[in-house]
Amino acid sequence: MEISLASVFVLAINAVLVENLCLVKFLGICPFLGVSKKTDTAIGMGLAVTFIMTLSSFITWLVYHLILVPAKLEYLRTIAFILVIAALVQFVETALKKLVPSLYSALGIYLPLITTNCAVLGIAITNITENYGLVFSILNGMFCALGFTLAIWIFACVRERIEHCDIPKPFQGFPIALITAALLSFAFMGFSGMEF
Amino acid sequence: MIVEILTAAACLAAIGLLLGAALGFASKVFFVKEDERRAQIIELLPGANCGGCGFAGCANYADAIVNSGEPINRCPSCSSEVLEKISAVTGGKTAQVERKVAHIRCSGGNSIANKKYEYYGMTDCAAAARLLDGFMDCRYGCLGFGTCASVCPYGAISINDGVASVDKKTCVGCGLCVDACPKHVIDIIPANAKIYVQCSNHDKGAVTRQKCASGCLGCKICEKTCGVGAIKVTDNVASIDFALCTECGKCEEKCPKKIIKITQ
Repeated sequence: MEISLASVFVLAINAVLVENLCLVKFLGICPFLGVSKKTDTAIGMGLAVTFIMTLSSFITWLVYHLILVPAKLEYLRTIAFILVIAALVQFVETALKKLVPSLYSALGIYLPLITTNCAVLGIAITNITENYGLVFSILNGMFCALGFTLAIWIFACVRERIEHCDIPKPFQGFPIALITAALLSFAFMGFSGMEF
Repeated sequence: MIVEILTAAACLAAIGLLLGAALGFASKVFFVKEDERRAQIIELLPGANCGGCGFAGCANYADAIVNSGEPINRCPSCSSEVLEKISAVTGGKTAQVERKVAHIRCSGGNSIANKKYEYYGMTDCAAAARLLDGFMDCRYGCLGFGTCASVCPYGAISINDGVASVDKKTCVGCGLCVDACPKHVIDIIPANAKIYVQCSNHDKGAVTRQKCASGCLGCKICEKTCGVGAIKVTDNVASIDFALCTECGKCEEKCPKKIIKITQ
């Protein structure tokens, strides 16, 4: 795919809205439901995911094309990516703690939480199956994660409001959160007709 | 066949080993010395993460004590024994803490204060307060749905006859209820204060009289009675300076509305 402003724009719209990570592809649902009670934690999680996903798109693309393809071991990509991503997150955590303590404390607990996040792995694999080049992989990783941030932020805003509502007892807590997520997902279905 | 399996295994093992080595190397290169005092202080702090110290949680407060020399007496729920242990860890002097408690500045309630209208909404003060400033005639008084009680991590607040009341034994003065109350009717006062004003109505006396049988009129009798100038009427409501108060009890005797109270 040729890199131009238009193609990057299409990629961004696709990744953020049309193929939204949580609301359309249903990836990364556990942080989506788990850390969306407050908007600031949701944004913290979103930023941590953006950071890691951009970085892991880059690393996994290199691992795939420089190690697995020459060795004809493409079928090992899932397990290899899990290994690489887990190590990458761990590495980033130790490095940040030393080099950028402020960023480390801002991302805080969310960073290690992403180690086993299916969304990060999912995007790494999507980058391969869609045959993206290196730059597109990185961009795709970043935009998908921004889509995730958008979704989790909207969801957290709605949940903060729901806190103040008179919810029937059987629906209090998690059930209403799931219903909200479903309705949000419906809303994002509206984008699925968009074609470029 | 067997060769393919072996290459796959060897390849993954190599990647794994490489990453492991890189991580091991990174943990050496990027080694950050953790202060062991921090862990000890976290152990000693109550761990309720109430936020009464002004930090996000006990761990953040421990960070501040260790790194920026924050005084150790900020935690409202640490007893003096615990403080002594913390000061042993930090090597500093023991700081004396004045225990503080929350205090509801309202003595209205269902039978005493008049109502503006009948309220049938959700039983939450924040929600009720949004509807015409609440259903009480008095704009300043307690609404009695216990939003403060629901945020209290220590279960120190109860509701009696439509007014919140604080159990001064269990209250640690963390101040969460102060933030939660939409009417700002809760104060943090010294736990050993015996005399306090139980009203926060800023209306003029004549107006207050119509709204609540137990409202401060701003008559200033207490101010004139007080020998040491500890009680002042500002903005039509009396308030006590606890540093000056000698707890003589004269103001309580003279108060025409009996909103100055003495603890037994």
